[in-house]
Amino acid sequence: MKFVDYYKILGVAKTATEKEIKKAFRKLARKYHPDLNPNDKKAESKFKEINEANEVLSNADNRKKYDKYGKDWEHGEQYEKAKQQQQQSQRQYQSQGRQQGYGGQDFSDYFESMFGGARSSSGQGSRRFKGQDFNAELQLNLKDVYLTHKQVITVNDAKVRLTIPAGLENGQVIKIKAKGGKGSNGGPNGDLYITFSIKNNTPFKRDGNNLYATVDLDLYTAVLGGEITADTFNGKVKLKIAPETPTGTKVKLKGKGFPVYKKEDQFGDFIITYQIKIPTKLSDKEKALFEELQKLR
Amino acid sequence: MITEDLVLIDKLCLHYKIELSFIDALDNIGLIEIEILEHNRFIHQDRISDLEKMIRLHHELNVNIEGIDVVFNLIEKEMNLKKEINSLKNRLRLYEDHL
Repeated sequence: MKFVDYYKILGVAKTATEKEIKKAFRKLARKYHPDLNPNDKKAESKFKEINEANEVLSNADNRKKYDKYGKDWEHGEQYEKAKQQQQQSQRQYQSQGRQQGYGGQDFSDYFESMFGGARSSSGQGSRRFKGQDFNAELQLNLKDVYLTHKQVITVNDAKVRLTIPAGLENGQVIKIKAKGGKGSNGGPNGDLYITFSIKNNTPFKRDGNNLYATVDLDLYTAVLGGEITADTFNGKVKLKIAPETPTGTKVKLKGKGFPVYKKEDQFGDFIITYQIKIPTKLSDKEKALFEELQKLR
Repeated sequence: MITEDLVLIDKLCLHYKIELSFIDALDNIGLIEIEILEHNRFIHQDRISDLEKMIRLHHELNVNIEGIDVVFNLIEKEMNLKKEINSLKNRLRLYEDHL
């Protein structure tokens, strides 16, 4: 178990007055409060640290104990004695009801061992608090978000049934209400935030609701026109090629793109870019015919 | 409006141990919307999590009502910027894949 320097966490000297500690805590709390830093795990963990430091240093008894045994908590009888006293006071705290700051927070192992997880009475009475918000990441393939479907995921050993709407974007975050940490004092559960990481292993490029593809066109069809079959995300389409189609020509297939998020039956466009393939390994006859054509130009 | 989705403000005040005047002040500045049905005042349950945030900011960080309004506006801006960054990242990836 690692020693936690609460003075360092709050950025105050060991000689700091109660007022200085309070001031330092308030300043840091305003910076790192989870409500001001949604979905920021670093801020959340920093807030827990400063909250823990404040719990110890703003309480005269705890601070005294910490100053006396803090660094050498693992040595000596004195610490054991202090621990026994602390367990007694913990029972007293518990009978008064656990008082919480921001919902569902844990304390470091160091704090739990030194102060038994009990908190001082500097809180707001027995107010109910929402549980901690959880964050999770779910990896999906692009094909998985083409159609709305249900999926069961496991978050903190609990199974959560999700409806994954079609049209989700890579990096999009969705909130599942009340699937986070348990609330305290009967408060509501926290929420679960899921970030979707969507891997595109299809030949199509996606930009929002539009899909892009490059289709090879043989030289003769490009020059003389004709019909080709091209793949789209959900099947094949027949395309008419106009005579003398230059390379890089773009064709837009309206409504053949990706589904629009949470808008049923609405789709983006499918944009095809033609890329003309020049014939290679020409036979002598082909070469002669091309030379004849060249003379005509 | 389905009344099942509404929470009585008096009950909320008791539950969160807050003054009615705090709710009124939030209403006056437009941070919450109060529904009045048969002389009773309610708040929609979907807005409770925002209200809880406001209570925490007020009690834990001593942020006043105007400050809460500023915080909410800035958080909304931040969220929109994050969405924009995400969308730009996805677009950038599209062009980088072409290289």
